[in-house]
Amino acid sequence: MIENRPIITFLSHLFLIFGILIIAFPIWITFVAATHDAVRMVQIPLPLLPGDQFFENLKETLTRGMKGASAPPVGFMLLNSLIMAMMIAVGKIAISLLSAFAIVYFRFPFRMAFFWMIFITLMLPVEVRILPTFEVVANLGMLNSYWGLSIPLIASATATFMFRQVFLTIPDELLEAARIDGAGPLRFFRDILIPLSRTNIAALFVILFIYGWNQYLWPLLITTDQSMYTVVMGIKQMLDAAEQSPDWHLIMMTSLLAMLPPVLVVVLMQSLFVKGLTETEK
Amino acid sequence: MADIELSNVKKSYGATDVIHGIDWHIADGEFVVIVGPSGCGKSTLLRMIAGLERITQGDIAIGGQVVNKLEPADRDIAMVFQNYALYPHMTVYKNMAYSLKIRGVGKQEIDRRVKQVAEILEIGDYLRRAPRQLSGGQRQRVAMGRAIVREPSVFLFDEPLSNLDAKLRVQMRLEIKRLQERLGITSVYVTHDQVEAMTLGHRLMVLNNGHVEQLGTPIDLYENPATQFVAGFIGSPSMNFLDATMGERGQSVNFAADASLGLSGDYSDHEGKTVTVGLRPEHLEIADPSQPHTSLNVQVVEHLGADTLVHGAFSQDALELTVRLKGVQSFSRNEVIPLSISPQNVHLFDKTTGQRL
Repeated sequence: MIENRPIITFLSHLFLIFGILIIAFPIWITFVAATHDAVRMVQIPLPLLPGDQFFENLKETLTRGMKGASAPPVGFMLLNSLIMAMMIAVGKIAISLLSAFAIVYFRFPFRMAFFWMIFITLMLPVEVRILPTFEVVANLGMLNSYWGLSIPLIASATATFMFRQVFLTIPDELLEAARIDGAGPLRFFRDILIPLSRTNIAALFVILFIYGWNQYLWPLLITTDQSMYTVVMGIKQMLDAAEQSPDWHLIMMTSLLAMLPPVLVVVLMQSLFVKGLTETEK
Repeated sequence: MADIELSNVKKSYGATDVIHGIDWHIADGEFVVIVGPSGCGKSTLLRMIAGLERITQGDIAIGGQVVNKLEPADRDIAMVFQNYALYPHMTVYKNMAYSLKIRGVGKQEIDRRVKQVAEILEIGDYLRRAPRQLSGGQRQRVAMGRAIVREPSVFLFDEPLSNLDAKLRVQMRLEIKRLQERLGITSVYVTHDQVEAMTLGHRLMVLNNGHVEQLGTPIDLYENPATQFVAGFIGSPSMNFLDATMGERGQSVNFAADASLGLSGDYSDHEGKTVTVGLRPEHLEIADPSQPHTSLNVQVVEHLGADTLVHGAFSQDALELTVRLKGVQSFSRNEVIPLSISPQNVHLFDKTTGQRL
């Protein structure tokens, strides 16, 4: 629609700017808080302009654990989060690609039954099956480990379903041409299917990385060892710092750091992400 | 190099039979065309030879070896698909090299073969491009290149020209024919287009509903169609079919009241029988009014330049008839023109079975 009505243009811009302000303001406060020292942060009113303590706060947060708080240095928690998020994203993609491959390209007994069973797990996120899952992970001795953090979150109906849809759009003739060319199933999977779903894999990686990174409840449950803390749950532990008022400047710096990796992933993979979600031509 | 032997090949999906027992021997180096309307089972038959469809019953042998249980890759065949089926993420070069790479052919040998084939097909300039950067005709060449590079003993073509525009189709048709003659590789070509079938094939199989209607050379099919189906399928514009009754001693056929045509063969057994008469539009000609003739009441005239198609009503029963006349000729609507046809060009078919009499 091409229109030229100044008032409408003005109004739509007004609304958009207003919306951005609402979302951006808390982030601005987080940033500002992360640049002041502890003393300034307990005075009223709260500062609205940045201070000069940014790099000191950054250094302290990354390298030292918080005084009195039962949390390891944030740098360490960031690493834990990164490992967990990567394991979840990569694991989910690998498993989903393989199961979608099986469901679309092989004819085996109860094929559709398996598909629907996978599909039904959509209704069973971690929060719903938390007790039995905890029991299983505990019995397998995976508490306080990266495996315990990631494996229960890896099985993914959404990703399987998405790859199934992607594979269904790939013309049968390609499979037939590959068969005539002498490619076996795994060769076809590796040489044809994966390159053709490259953009979808990238898009899914972005979503799943953020999903893994933002996990809060599950890490909180199965990690008792400080060395396994992830940053998202670590922030909460910082607030519980016992006998003193919370170190807001450090907590805010940690929040800022926790927000950074997902932003980076989205920014760096944006073009692939958009392509993967919109591209239909194969 | 290999021959293909089909013996009593059948295909059914559940209780539905789609191919009803086909026997056929295709000689080494022969170019055969399977032709028929859509849904007649021609592609299924080709895919069974390729190994992409299971054979319900019967045997297919390539080069003397029964291949029923072999994977497509082990049958020493190459196939060209209607939509080309090029791997979209690979360059033209990689598309052509892929099967050789899987077979473990050395890098230098692959390079040599790909370049050689690219030269034959004049696609040498596109080797580094992706398929989506090519036009339809170029993609078609690449698809053929991918087949040739493997040096198979049998080529299978599944309607390879259907996605091209009319002009390119004629050009590629000629190229396929030249290429096959040059390489001498046994080829099976499936199409619904009777012109392609007539021009390309040494021999044709006309398939209808999974039954073989007729096997033979293009000219044989044109001159002596075994059934009414073949007669209507081969030739363009298609043959005119008119109901008629056999006259006295089978020496003529009579159309309703006023018109009749003389016959050349001996049809005395069929005296008085109702038959279907087949007349090719190009065999009808304007008669000398002083000689015995029938007449056509002109309805529509189509000018093709080289030919003129005249559609009109024939005899008092207003039977539809199309006549193809050489050159540019003008007629006005409702003009009555005298027509004749030489007796050996009158085809007779049984009205119920469609078999040639």
